[in-house]
Amino acid sequence: MKYYSYFPGCSAEAAASPLGLSVLPVAKELDMDLAELEDWNCCGSTPFGSVDKLAAACMAARNLALAEKRGFDLVTPCSNCFVVLHSANTQLKELPRLREQVDKALAVAKLKYSGGVRVRHLAEVLYTDITPEVIGAKVTKPLKGLKVAPYYGCQLVRPNGFDDPEFPHSLDELVASLGADAVSWELKARCCGSSLVMSEPDVALELINKLLRNAQENGAQCLVTPCPLCHINLDVYQSQVNSKFKTKYNLPVLFLTQLIGVALGIPADALALSRNVVSPMRVLAPYL
Amino acid sequence: MAETMVKSPAIEVSFIDEVCSIPGGEAIRSCIQCGMCTGSCPTASRWDYPPRKAIAMVRAGLRKELLSSNSMWFCASCYTCTVRCPRDIKPADIMHALEVLAIRDGLSTKRSRTPVMYKCFVDSAKGNGRVYELGMMLKFFLRTNPFAALKMAPVGLGLFLHKRLPLKPNRIKGVGELKAILNEAKALGGAK
Ligand code: SF4
Ligand code: SF4
Repeated sequence: MKYYSYFPGCSAEAAASPLGLSVLPVAKELDMDLAELEDWNCCGSTPFGSVDKLAAACMAARNLALAEKRGFDLVTPCSNCFVVLHSANTQLKELPRLREQVDKALAVAKLKYSGGVRVRHLAEVLYTDITPEVIGAKVTKPLKGLKVAPYYGCQLVRPNGFDDPEFPHSLDELVASLGADAVSWELKARCCGSSLVMSEPDVALELINKLLRNAQENGAQCLVTPCPLCHINLDVYQSQVNSKFKTKYNLPVLFLTQLIGVALGIPADALALSRNVVSPMRVLAPYL
Repeated sequence: MAETMVKSPAIEVSFIDEVCSIPGGEAIRSCIQCGMCTGSCPTASRWDYPPRKAIAMVRAGLRKELLSSNSMWFCASCYTCTVRCPRDIKPADIMHALEVLAIRDGLSTKRSRTPVMYKCFVDSAKGNGRVYELGMMLKFFLRTNPFAALKMAPVGLGLFLHKRLPLKPNRIKGVGELKAILNEAKALGGAK
């Protein structure tokens, strides 16, 4: 058993609930103890850092302080939480002035952070600690013949990535370990527009369209991503792309943990497959 | 442009210093204006002043022009510029810092809806300790363009029907504690 502190992030509880729900049975099957960080707060996310830097650092630091008490690596399945918590962690170490102010603010709540936590992305933990080999050995329903486009998005691999920031391969290996074919496609680590989908939908929908087109042209039957924001854009907004660009995409987008779960023989219900807006049932039926 | 530079040399100096004082910001002095950031940026075509130009403007002291532009609000935080810049400048972090300055000085443009979205997000995270997506979305559309909400209604419905849009906020136990921390941070006056 490997032990971690777990930071789901706000989306995994709501708009990306299939992520939050599918992480737990998969972790159990892979002998990972993911104990949810008690009473965690929003990581601060990109908007906080664009409105007030000190407040943003404090949001992250409260979580880091809570995690330090427990003592294990802090693992999040959300690429945005990962970047935010990881960057704050680095800044608190490198910037004494920021550190001093954050210390004072945390002290009001009798909290203290000494810099001892390692922040990690769940996909990286699956790749490095658990490894594709071990996951492959536990597969009971090999996804033979399924063409999956691994979508890394941005913040899993940039700027703090464990993989190549331009042409990463870790998800390809994880997908292959499940018996599926990892589709090779040019845009696998390009931007989906993230939260601009709300404020500047024209910009984001155009980016999403490019991604879906590129994946489809390369023969993908579905996409897989670890990131809740990417998932919302590609899955939930796919119908908007179809109406704006007169396209007919019907490309299911799975969370990494959902895809792994299917191959490990975890039932569809436990993986919340029915919560995906573009139903993955058609392409997954042979394996369920 | 030329007028501002002539009129306010003091501001010229302070703008570049201001940006240099942010983490990683000091590197902009070594920008060679190669344009790699702009060429890599997925949204650059929408910016009043794309990343390379924005950085040149910081160095030229064109504070108000840049801070009131729509530029940095189109940054999607993809960090492509950051991993590609040959001078190890972090343009994405600089864009975030410009956003902070624009909001602080009341200069953020109304031509982008992103500043309002970010503020709604921050209010939601502060109020509950976690982001309440439905509440935040409604507030954002009411403050910007209620008609745009109609266009987005199918998205909301899609989320709701797939049990991905809880109708109640999820409030943390330590919400009071979190507020106290943030109030203290406010009293400390904001980090540079
Ligand atoms: S990529 Fe770096 S050096 Fe080149 S223009 Fe942009 S910031 Fe300057
Ligand atoms: S991080 Fe922002 S500025 Fe840099 S390339 Fe991406 S969208 Fe453009």
